[in-house]
Amino acid sequence: MVVAEPTMRGTGGALALVRRAEPVAIPVLALVAGLAVFGLFLLTQGRSPLAFMAHVWQGGFGSAFSWQNTLTRAAPLLMAALCVALPARLGLVVIGGEGAIVLGGVAAGALALPLAAMPGPVGIPLMALAAMAVGVVWIGAAGALRHYRGVNETISSLLLSYIAIALMNHLVEGPLRDPASLNKPSTAPLPEALRVGDLPGLSVHWGLVFGILACVLSWVLVERTTWGFAARIAGGNVRAAQVQGLPVGKLILGFAALGGAFAGLAGFFEVAAVHGSANASLAAGYGYTGILIAFLARHNALAIIPVAILLAGFDASSGLVQRRMDLPDATMQVLQGIVFMAILMSDAAYGRLPVFKAKG
Amino acid sequence: MENDLGLWAVPLAVVGGAIRVSTPILFVSLGETLTERSGRINLGLEGTLVLGAMTGYATAVLTGSPWAGVAVAALAGALFGLLHGLICSMGRVNDIAVGIAMMLLGTGLAFYFGKPYIQPAAPDLPAIPLGGWSSLPQVRSALNVNALFLIGIAAALALAWALRSTRPGLILRVVGDSTDAARAMGLNPALIRTGATALGGAFAGIGGAYLSLYYPGSWNEGISSGQGLMAVALVIFARWSPINCLWAALLFGGAGALGPALQSVGVTQGYYLFYAAPYVLTLGVLIATSSPSRALAGAPGELSITK
Repeated sequence: MVVAEPTMRGTGGALALVRRAEPVAIPVLALVAGLAVFGLFLLTQGRSPLAFMAHVWQGGFGSAFSWQNTLTRAAPLLMAALCVALPARLGLVVIGGEGAIVLGGVAAGALALPLAAMPGPVGIPLMALAAMAVGVVWIGAAGALRHYRGVNETISSLLLSYIAIALMNHLVEGPLRDPASLNKPSTAPLPEALRVGDLPGLSVHWGLVFGILACVLSWVLVERTTWGFAARIAGGNVRAAQVQGLPVGKLILGFAALGGAFAGLAGFFEVAAVHGSANASLAAGYGYTGILIAFLARHNALAIIPVAILLAGFDASSGLVQRRMDLPDATMQVLQGIVFMAILMSDAAYGRLPVFKAKG
Repeated sequence: MENDLGLWAVPLAVVGGAIRVSTPILFVSLGETLTERSGRINLGLEGTLVLGAMTGYATAVLTGSPWAGVAVAALAGALFGLLHGLICSMGRVNDIAVGIAMMLLGTGLAFYFGKPYIQPAAPDLPAIPLGGWSSLPQVRSALNVNALFLIGIAAALALAWALRSTRPGLILRVVGDSTDAARAMGLNPALIRTGATALGGAFAGIGGAYLSLYYPGSWNEGISSGQGLMAVALVIFARWSPINCLWAALLFGGAGALGPALQSVGVTQGYYLFYAAPYVLTLGVLIATSSPSRALAGAPGELSITK
């Protein structure tokens, strides 16, 4: 490297730029490749990929109305993706965010009656804290099991997620059920004072701002603090981190718990800003889309913001796509699966594409 | 007294239920044992199970033959396993993450193509009445055993023997325990692992066909709800032994059958909590059998989840 320095000086800036472009270019190429494969899939189904993209544009990004729909869906996705991305910096693959979202929402909904008399500025933070606490326990449990018992966190977090959904069904149809909710068992509706409103001038709720804030803070934590530095070391080589005396266990618990807190917060916003009470709509799959977003963003908290908005746009357009093109509702799931495969396959491309190779 | 067994109906229903519910778990865990013994983990078998259920059901509807459904489900599972195996052979690709993606893709494809098959009825797989000697209808129904369960037992015994005493079994174990040793023997680890993953996928596909063609015996989007994942978790509990997979699957089948059995004698409290029982039991078993410090007894050396 030192020897190569003089010859590289002339083109150093450009080369450095090309090198830095690699972690952006490869995921973008993988996304395009995934969409292309999905386009072929649509062709085999006798549907036009171009019409599909046009509908996605129209339903997700084409108008002020579709943008608001997209941004409303982006709010929980941002936080769900952090629930995957934060533990991932330590080498953990946590996929149970759905469970923390669901139970966070139930915790918020359960407080509707006890906090009914509270003014909003007191009651709303209490609900948010309760939802985050439940998320901390749920995902923190997966982290603790991994650290103290060596239980694989991928399997345990997904099992916990199934348990969370069963628990939600039990609570919403039993002890917490509002007798007035006939068709769709729900908790008691939140009083108006405890609802989270929309951003000024938009019909997008405050969850979006908190989601973006959570991403920015997470990025600062991971990239600009000693805690984040220690976590990245432990994620790269756990033995080396232990030899250096880094508190690997505390890092695992802390990052898993923080991710869980964000997922719980997503559940809180779904109840307090969207549904108005906790019910089965909480298990809308945001946790699973969050996994894909985190992987597409290469677990970089800032990159999560554009990726989450992009996938929220696909999500927002799915109704339109289904109706106009007469496709089953699982179409978006097929698309997500194909894009996910493409992004994982692209891991093999790092350092191998000739464009990004140093020529010195 | 002939037909009224009182509370004795519960253990009898649990035994019958264990045999009925355990079969798909048995097939998935046998397939996963095979894959993990080669040093790779395929978390995507949940997706393969659902895909097998859909392709098996659709084939049975179209051809009228449930056994053709089983064959097509096995083929679909093998193709899916092959895809997982090939992607993981690309290097630097995380096999756990690929499994998650395949879970998503498998269920997505199954729901996409399975939509037209939710309504039509498919012919069921035949059951063998092993309880014909008894005059009690409960005993007869508990021992009405599906042929696939017996095939599953035979497969478990055959796999255990093949892993222990045959050349392919030895090759699989070498590849699973040490990539370097396998290379030194002139073996191609990536190729063997891909083959083991494809074969494991075929087993999971057969498990899926059992779900849709025998018990519960219909195709819908909630047909598996995590059984494939539980089976993958059980392989750790079974210490990568095909015979232990059989016992573990029966234990889980019994746990899954407890809720409906209690319901049938009038206990109806906490329906949704019974529904969570298999997940809680799986998690409990994982916690009890894992260890933070030492390598697990019987674990293949190259397996990423135990390293």
